[in-house]
Amino acid sequence: MNETLFLGARLLDPASGMDVTGDLLVREGAIADLGQAIGSPEGVETVDASGLCLAPGLVDLRAAIGEPGAEHRETIASAAQAAAAGGITTLCALPDTHPALDDPALVQFVLRRGEATGSITLLPYGAATKGCAGQEIAEYGLLQQAGAIAFTDGRRAIGSARTMRLALSYARTFGSFVVQHPEDPSLAAGGAATEGELATRLGLPGIPAAAEVILVARDIALARLTRGQVHFAHVSTAAALDLIRAAKAEGLAVTCDTAPPYFDLNETAIGDWRSYAKLSPPLRPEADRLAVVAALRDGTIDAIASDHQPHDADDKRLPFAQAEAGGAGLATLLGVTLARVHGGDLTLLAALDLLTARPARLLGLPVGRLAKGAPADLVLFAPDRAWQVKAGQLPGKAQNSPFDGRALEGRVVGTWKVGRRVFGA
Amino acid sequence: MSFSFPILPEGHLLAIEGLEPPHIGALLELAESYALLNRSGKTQRDLLRGQTLINLFFEDSTRTRTSFELAGKRLGADVINMAVSTSSVNKGETLLDTASTLNAMHCDLLVIRHAQSGAPALLSQKVSAAVINAGDGTHEHPTQALLDALTIRRRKGRLEGLVVAICGDVLHSRVARSNIHLLTTMGCRVRVIGPPTLIPAEAARLGVEVFHDMRAGLTGADVVMMLRLQRERMTGGLVPSSREFFRFWGLDAEKLAWARPDAIVMHPGPMNRGIEIDSAIADDPERSVIGEQVEMGVAVRMAVLDVLARDLRRNA
Repeated sequence: MNETLFLGARLLDPASGMDVTGDLLVREGAIADLGQAIGSPEGVETVDASGLCLAPGLVDLRAAIGEPGAEHRETIASAAQAAAAGGITTLCALPDTHPALDDPALVQFVLRRGEATGSITLLPYGAATKGCAGQEIAEYGLLQQAGAIAFTDGRRAIGSARTMRLALSYARTFGSFVVQHPEDPSLAAGGAATEGELATRLGLPGIPAAAEVILVARDIALARLTRGQVHFAHVSTAAALDLIRAAKAEGLAVTCDTAPPYFDLNETAIGDWRSYAKLSPPLRPEADRLAVVAALRDGTIDAIASDHQPHDADDKRLPFAQAEAGGAGLATLLGVTLARVHGGDLTLLAALDLLTARPARLLGLPVGRLAKGAPADLVLFAPDRAWQVKAGQLPGKAQNSPFDGRALEGRVVGTWKVGRRVFGA
Repeated sequence: MSFSFPILPEGHLLAIEGLEPPHIGALLELAESYALLNRSGKTQRDLLRGQTLINLFFEDSTRTRTSFELAGKRLGADVINMAVSTSSVNKGETLLDTASTLNAMHCDLLVIRHAQSGAPALLSQKVSAAVINAGDGTHEHPTQALLDALTIRRRKGRLEGLVVAICGDVLHSRVARSNIHLLTTMGCRVRVIGPPTLIPAEAARLGVEVFHDMRAGLTGADVVMMLRLQRERMTGGLVPSSREFFRFWGLDAEKLAWARPDAIVMHPGPMNRGIEIDSAIADDPERSVIGEQVEMGVAVRMAVLDVLARDLRRNA
C-alpha cells in the first residue's frame, strides 16, 4: 500500500483554522488521518517534518502559460516544474494563448498536457469571447463540458459594456463566472506606467488609475443588472477595492484577487527603467500598495494569485515602453506572501487561506484543505528559511521575475500531488 | 580650464535630473569659453585627436546631429554619422545589436537619439563608450537645456531668480523636462503654460507652477520658451485644431506684451510658424534669441565632449 507519514509537522488548515503540531498520514493519494498520536502503520514511508509547516498545496487562480503558441518562453511542462517548486498543486491557465482557448478541443489539449506533467492539476479557463477578441461571446456550455473552469479573455479587458453584459448573463446559465482584467482599454492604450509624477519624470506614457476604477465600477453595475458573477483579477488600486468592498456589502456576486507585486512592490521598482518590473496593470504608488494590504486583511480580496506571465530576455531587454509587461510569479508566490506574514500584516493561517481554501472554494474544487479524505495535495515549507530571488536561477524556463534580488524568508521544502512527491529531495 | 571634481560622475550625460548646481555651473563655464573660442575662429583640434565619436540617430534630426558633428570636429575627433532606419521591424533588437557592433569598433563617444524614453540609459549599460543623450522619447534632451541656460545667462547675466515660462506641448516635450530640471536646480522660477491635455500629470511635483492661461502665465516672465507642437498631437485629439491652438497658446505680439518688456523669446526648433509662434516674433532680432541658441548648441556640445573625454582619459 502506498503510504507516507509526515512526522512532527506544524499542520495548517486554513479552512478549519487548525494550527497544531502533529502527524499526517497519506494513503493512496488522499489524506487518511491527521492530528496528534495517529500512530505509525507498519512499513510506511516517513518524512521528518519537525520545525516545518505542512499546508494544502497552493491553488493559483491565474497564470499565463506560454503553451500553446509561445513555447520559446515557456511550456506547460516547464511551468509545472516552476509551480511545483513554488508549492502550487492546482494552476488555472489563461486562455489568451495562440490560438486562444475558444474551442473545446483546445481546452482538452491543455488539460491533457497538464495531466501529462503528473505534478499539477492544470485547469484552463475558456475564452470569454471568440479569439479573446472582446466581440462575440464564446461557447461557454461546450467549453465547460470540455473542462473550462470559468471564462475570461486573460490579459485583455472585455472593453465593450454590451459584450460584458452578455458574457455575465450567459455564464450564469452554466453556473459559471467571468474573470475581468479591469483596465479600460481606451485609457490604457499605449501606456507603460501608472500616470503620475514618476511616469512624468521618466517620460513614459501613463495609464491613470481611473482606468481600473472605471471598469470595476462598470462591471459591478453589470453584475447588478444581470445577476451574474464577476471576478476581478489583480486588483491594484485603493479606489477599485473600495468599490468591490461596497459591492460585496450589497450582496452582489463580486469577487477579486490580487498578485504579490501589488502588495510587495510599488512603482519605484521601475526606476532606472527596470523593465522586469513592467507589469499589467502597472505598479502603483505606495498608497495603493497599502490599500491592497488592508484589503487582504479585511477579506475584500478573495485570493492571492501568481499572475505569472513568462517572458524571455528579448521581450524585456528593450526600452521600457517597448518591453513586454508581466512577470514570472510561480516560484515566488508563497515566499512573497509570507513576507506579509513576517511583516505582521497577515497571520500565517490568513495568508494560507488566500492561497488555498478561498480560491478552491471560488472554483468549487475539493482541494485546498487538510482533512480526512481530501486529496493529498500538500506543501511542506520552512517558514523562516532565508533565500534570495535570482533571475536566471529560478525553476522553470521563465526568469522574468519582478522580485529579482529580493531577499525572502520562507521556502518550499517539498510538494506532493495526490500523495506523490513532485518537488524536493 | 581644470576642475577639482568630476563634472559628470557617471561618465555619461543621460539626463539633467540628478546633476547638482556645481556640475551644471562648471559645464556652463566651460561652454562659455568654447563660445568665445568659436567666435574667435580658432579651434582646438588636439583635444579629441584619435577619439571616435559616433552620432547614432534613430530619429530624424538635422540641427542636433550637425551640432554634435561640428563640436566633435572642432575638437579633433573622428566623427561618424550612423542614421538607423526608423522602419526597422524591431527597433529594440537593433539597439542592443548596435551596441555590440559599436563595442567591436571601439567607439569612444556615442551620441544617441531615440524615440523611446530610456533607450540611451539601456545602451549605456551595454557599451564601453561614454554615452550622450541627444533626446530620448519624452524623457530628456540634456544638451538642449544646457544650451538654453547658456543663452539665457549670456542675455540676462544670471539664472537665479529669473521667471521662465515654458509654453505649449509640455506633455510630449523632452526639451521641457530637461529645462525644468536644469532651471529649477539653478534657482529660476519656472512656469509651464498650456492646455491641460498637453500638461503632464503631477507637473507641479517637478517644482513648477502650472498655468493654462497665457496671460496669467506670461505676466512678469523674463524668458518665454516656446515648444514645438507636433502635428500628430492634433490627430491624437489632444487639441482640436492648429487655429484654436494658435489663438489661445501661440505666441504673437499681443501675448508677448504680457511678459516683461525685456523678455527674450526662445524656441528649440524646428518651428511651426503660425502654430506655436508668429513669424513676426520668431524673426524679431530684439526679442528672439533663436539664432543664438543654435550657436550656443555647438559650444555646449564641445564642453560636454571635453568633460567626458577627460573622464575617459582618467579611466584609461
